[in-house]
Amino acid sequence: MKMIVAIIRPEKLNDVLEALFKAEVRGLTISRVQGHGGGTERVETYRGTTVKMGLYDKVKLEIGVSEAFVEPTIQAILTAARTGEVGDGKIFVLPVERVVRIRTGEENEAAVTPVKPS
Amino acid sequence: MMMRLGTLFLFLLPGAALAAGDTDTGTTAWMLVSTALVLLMTPALAFFYGGLVRQKNVLNTMMMSFGALGFVTLVWALFGYSIAYGSGNKFVGDLSMAFLNGLDLSGEMPALLDVAFQGTFAVITAALISGSLVGRMRFPAWLLFIALWTVFDYAVLAHWVWGPAGSAFLKDLGALDFAGGTVVHINAAVAGVVGVAVLGARKDFGRLAFLPHNIPFVLLGAGLLWFGWFGFNGGSAYGANGAAALAFTNTFLAPAATMSVWMLLELWRHGRATAVGAATAAVVGLVAVTPAAGFVGPLGAIWLGAIAAFPSFFFILARPRLGLDDSLDVFGAHGIGGITGAVLTGVFASEAWGGTPGLLEGNAAQVGIQVVAVAAAIALSAVASFVLFKLVGLVLPLRATQREEAVGLDAVQHGEEAYPTTEGAILVLDGERAGGAA
Repeated sequence: MKMIVAIIRPEKLNDVLEALFKAEVRGLTISRVQGHGGGTERVETYRGTTVKMGLYDKVKLEIGVSEAFVEPTIQAILTAARTGEVGDGKIFVLPVERVVRIRTGEENEAAVTPVKPS
Repeated sequence: MMMRLGTLFLFLLPGAALAAGDTDTGTTAWMLVSTALVLLMTPALAFFYGGLVRQKNVLNTMMMSFGALGFVTLVWALFGYSIAYGSGNKFVGDLSMAFLNGLDLSGEMPALLDVAFQGTFAVITAALISGSLVGRMRFPAWLLFIALWTVFDYAVLAHWVWGPAGSAFLKDLGALDFAGGTVVHINAAVAGVVGVAVLGARKDFGRLAFLPHNIPFVLLGAGLLWFGWFGFNGGSAYGANGAAALAFTNTFLAPAATMSVWMLLELWRHGRATAVGAATAAVVGLVAVTPAAGFVGPLGAIWLGAIAAFPSFFFILARPRLGLDDSLDVFGAHGIGGITGAVLTGVFASEAWGGTPGLLEGNAAQVGIQVVAVAAAIALSAVASFVLFKLVGLVLPLRATQREEAVGLDAVQHGEEAYPTTEGAILVLDGERAGGAA
């Protein structure tokens, strides 16, 4: 099992979600975050005061997957989130020690396998 | 020239202006108030539309209305008013009053005040079009479009409907349009749909649902629109008189009927009455009663408002499936509502209430005249708007790029965010401005 953490552009979120659903990756968490990764600067003006936005709005996805889903998940994010410009984001793949599904108490592989819609 | 000089001195001596003029103080007082009320409708529309869009586009959406307050007002005062109200011929006025030539403080209602009162109508009409085009149009192209459209479309249609008697095509035909059902609402709605046809849908249209980001803004905007509409319809009586009182009361009654019917329709169809639905219904009712306000009795206005709910309700329900990205349903509310109102004006117009008799009083021909007026307004607006969109497109790019649409037009077109996260904002000092807008 792996935890895949991806930082992407907010405007690419819908494309990424669509790609993940097509790759049958369910079970994910998103959060709106801010960060700095060396991207180009965005300049805004408020009543004549010019400011440089040093932090960028990003979306963080956290997806817990079984081994078989690691590659499809990465591929889906790569294709959907890429624009080719600086600031497209990163994907981190982390090892996971243990997963427990709260509803049933199932552990590990069983816990990250989506429930078949009845 | 002597007249102009005289006016100048009256400006310098306001006391003398009051003493010298033949001003009707009651009329003038009401028209001053009405002008301010109608002006408020444009910021109100900015809130109504602003609440309905996604938060990355709210400033751009509101600026489309505020931009009209600037550019449309100017072109109206310099050219538009004369094209609309100069005698000219049946189809277009002249330039006799261009640059406000000859418009002084004479008359029961000072002539100059009419420029301001009618100017507020021109502004909101141009602003209304923006609801069809939000989230995809580049701002400079929008400004150029509304400036041209006010002169070459709006002023011309205003001439047809409200120009001097004897040289106004639709007025001379006997068409009834009390406060601008054709000139304002049908005109703007058709321009909006033509704009969608020229610019195309937003990039995610039909794939994603676009949800309103601030429904309290929508209710605030609808409420302020209703408030301003008392000046829009009440002021169109051009006096503090019975006709104004009738138009005013009808402006209260008809939208109430539309809203009630709309909420019942929603309860019947979906089991819940929505806030966006109620706000939309109020606007539909206001649109529908606009051409009728001073011509129908109060019970006629209630019937008119109630009936007007149906076509707009079902059109808006079906619109997304028509593949038409008229994003904020300008056609459903102002086009369909305007057409329904214009035709029903011919049905409910009442001689007893100071209007021409309509169908219910045995004058079936009036309905036919109303239909002709609607068709003429649609035809003019369709052709003029199409030509102007294409013309602007030759000079300035009309569409934002896909990436700009994705990031949102606030940051890209205006360099601002509606709800900025203030962390991480670094002050740029003079001379080190690098990067540019992302």
